Amino acid sequence: MIINGVAIDATFAEAFPMKATRAIITAQNEKWAMISAQAMTGFATSVIACGCEAGIERVLDPSETPDGRPGVSVMIFAMGGKGLAKQLETRAGQCVLTSPTSALFAGIESDKKIPLGKNLRYFGDGFQVSKLIDGKRYWRIPVMDGEFLAEATTGQVDAVGGGNFLVLAKSQPQALAACEAAIEAMRKIPNVIMPFPGGVVRSGSKVGSKYKALGASTNDAFCPTLKGMTRTDLSPEVESVMEIVIDGLTKEDIDKAMRVGIQAVCDLGAENGITRISAGNYGGKLGPFHFHLQEIMA
Amino acid sequence: MSALTFSLIHRPDQRVDMSPLVCHLLKDMEPAQIAAIELQSGKRKIRVDELFKVSGSDTQQIVIENSFGKLDFIGKELDGGSIKVEGDAGAYLGLGMKSGEISVMGNAGIYAACEMKKGFVTIAGDAGDFLGAALPGNKMGMKGGTVLVKGNVGERAGDHMRRGNILIEGNAGDYCGSRMTAGTIAVMGKTGRNLGYAMRRGTLLLWNQPVLPASFNDCGAHTLAFLPILFTSFRKLNSKFADASVAFNRVQRYAGDMSEIGRGEVLIKIG
Repeated sequence: MIINGVAIDATFAEAFPMKATRAIITAQNEKWAMISAQAMTGFATSVIACGCEAGIERVLDPSETPDGRPGVSVMIFAMGGKGLAKQLETRAGQCVLTSPTSALFAGIESDKKIPLGKNLRYFGDGFQVSKLIDGKRYWRIPVMDGEFLAEATTGQVDAVGGGNFLVLAKSQPQALAACEAAIEAMRKIPNVIMPFPGGVVRSGSKVGSKYKALGASTNDAFCPTLKGMTRTDLSPEVESVMEIVIDGLTKEDIDKAMRVGIQAVCDLGAENGITRISAGNYGGKLGPFHFHLQEIMA
Repeated sequence: MSALTFSLIHRPDQRVDMSPLVCHLLKDMEPAQIAAIELQSGKRKIRVDELFKVSGSDTQQIVIENSFGKLDFIGKELDGGSIKVEGDAGAYLGLGMKSGEISVMGNAGIYAACEMKKGFVTIAGDAGDFLGAALPGNKMGMKGGTVLVKGNVGERAGDHMRRGNILIEGNAGDYCGSRMTAGTIAVMGKTGRNLGYAMRRGTLLLWNQPVLPASFNDCGAHTLAFLPILFTSFRKLNSKFADASVAFNRVQRYAGDMSEIGRGEVLIKIG
């Protein structure tokens, strides 16, 4: 399959089941809601070492938030519910509770609830106040700038993590420009995050390493500087490869995000140095969710 | 199916215990069985059809027509369904109510919504003393749900209240929120003496400056984030509380009662 001169590999991305949650951060203005959200979703690119994958889903209009202030919705993904709950609570406590003027609300409904402000209330040292409004419990925690308002719990849902595609280009600037275009388009899709810096990964990994201590190492088949010294997957003209990783609430959400992302890359086309779109997988044996590139773009 | 309607034929001299006439107890009963229910009135028992003309068949929607202030225990421990009272209700309206809805077109007597657990009670007129309170000797009053009073309420509203909302469009009598453990009482009108007497926790939300007991301490003026959420939850009500123009988030906060644990608060609208 070739779109606008860009070859779409007959391969697939392989993804895994994860647990996910969403929280809504509001603040006096969008600037401070965003600062808090960035702090909360920081150091959360990969579950391998961060414990979770997190990202900003989108900016919310005041009419969309529970307290009528500007807000940001963030999503957190982890391999299990226990880990997710721990990450959510730690991040909420260190990054949102501490952030000036912030408030924190549940962003997703589910029968399975995990603590949001439920345990943060103890920071109030007995001065915290509970309010049950329309069946939802909120905690008012006195802090130095006034009160931190946090909903007691948020929902936990089954989700999918690790959707991805690779952008192969004739130069590094061209690969990056294509990925930026893809991320801009993908950020408009709800229910997905791209957890890596700016949504883009330049250090895609393969399973295993020559060093016993490491479970993953550089994806040498896609490293352009190794073209002459390893079993490369790159043609001679490819000088740079970048990857976009997507976590989403459902397979369909990731499908949609991959489609618009790949389309945005293909719109730049061969004339902007883009040669191929590929994807990372483990032979289909590890993850139950397979995203076939050519099916997605059909 | 039309609502099961009890139309009062004559006003008895003695008070009447209406507690058998609730939706969950009448469910699956035939009209003849309902008509034969005996209600306690003073030391006598009176058949329902002696006191009321009964019509309709939907036991989950009950209407009490020509009601007056001696019909006590209307909606006692109501567990689902609705009761509409056309006229006044006596004492203990919605006592220990578990769920459902009660609306009174007139006034309600003492202990309305006392020890209520969940559900919604509307009183278009005034309510007597001990609205949403605990029965004498008990330690826990209203534990959930919402009570809306469009008129005034008597003394000791929310005495020993533990959870839920009491919304009063008119004035509240003395000792409003006394011995409150938690919950919210909002009063648009004026409040009487000894507001929040011995309250432990909970919120008294006021539109007008009260005469506060000396055991409440000023915590200053604040903009509180939970207030817009609280007022948004009132929007669905057929009440002045639903009007966006009455909402506010800037308050003077007083903490008390300091003669108790002092974790309660009186929030007074600023401006």
